[in-house]
Amino acid sequence: MSDISYNTNVPHEDEAGFGDYFALLKPRVMSLVVFTAFVGLMAAPAAVHPLVGFASILFIAVGGGASGALNMWWDADIDAVMRRTRNRPIPSGKIEAGEALGLGLALAAISVVMLWLASNVYAGAFLAFTIFFYVVIYSMWLKRSTPHNIVIGGAAGAFPPAIGWVAATGSLTVEPLLMFALIFIWTPPHFWALALFMRSDYDDAGVPMLTVTHGRRTTRVHILAYTALLAILSLGAAFSGLGGPVYLAVAVVMNLLFLHGAVKIWRRDEVASEADDFAVERRFFKLSLLYLFAHFSAILIEALLKPYGLGGWG
Amino acid sequence: MSIKVTHDLHRRRFTRNVGVGLLLVAFIVLIFGLTMVKVTSSGFMMPTSEAME
Repeated sequence: MSDISYNTNVPHEDEAGFGDYFALLKPRVMSLVVFTAFVGLMAAPAAVHPLVGFASILFIAVGGGASGALNMWWDADIDAVMRRTRNRPIPSGKIEAGEALGLGLALAAISVVMLWLASNVYAGAFLAFTIFFYVVIYSMWLKRSTPHNIVIGGAAGAFPPAIGWVAATGSLTVEPLLMFALIFIWTPPHFWALALFMRSDYDDAGVPMLTVTHGRRTTRVHILAYTALLAILSLGAAFSGLGGPVYLAVAVVMNLLFLHGAVKIWRRDEVASEADDFAVERRFFKLSLLYLFAHFSAILIEALLKPYGLGGWG
Repeated sequence: MSIKVTHDLHRRRFTRNVGVGLLLVAFIVLIFGLTMVKVTSSGFMMPTSEAME
């Protein structure tokens, strides 16, 4: 029996729609990039035309999306193994890995050139470095080779507010570096909490997360240590050009809650965690999202109050 | 037997085409807007070679 096909390029049932290509850009990560870059731009002491500001944030977001697509291209093998990621467009068969590579490279080039033209060359170069750092340094090198993957790789996610600042001012000062440091120190406890309750996922995929290489007890200790370090940094930032009474109040409340959660994680053992399906770890993970959102909202409020003589310490 | 035209596959292709079309239009509008902002800003100067002509 023979089966003749007139067109060998017949699309399969799972052909991707527009939404699948959009999912390739990791929209949830992109929303964090948009928000923090926006705060960085608004907190900067420079007047930016609203359309230039909008375009700058948009192209920083597109650059973040390009990084996401390139990451999905490179990590398709890992994503296919992990429960959390196996429905992503490439492992689910909707989009070819090569398409993701092409889309990622095209968007990376467009975003860097357009950010340069919309704002300044330093912001464009900074965005190019960020994409390189996330794709090459984190995804290709660190992620599969060291348990410090999330610590060093977290820098990529921490750059957007600093890029927003540079887009507005063309220079780097201590304030954008503080915003960078906030996200940089926040990232490890955020992802380690996720690694604790995703249990075997990273193990199955062969990703050397701290939970896999040094054990879950060590991970709990590390979460507490980084949370304490983050509290010092967060409260210290209250007395910088970013801070003010609103920021200080938010920082005190959020750090007390976050430290409380970290201590609870530190005191628990695996038996207790499994008994309630990692309820404390899951709550800590959700709280970490609120923690970052609250801090950057407070920085934004301080910046918005400044023209009325209310923001900052006077 | 009738040919079923509106298969789900066609719908997905349609969303893709409309999405790309709208993105391109939005990109053109954005470039136009940015150009207007740049050339009407107080710091705008013609490139030296063109200013000489």
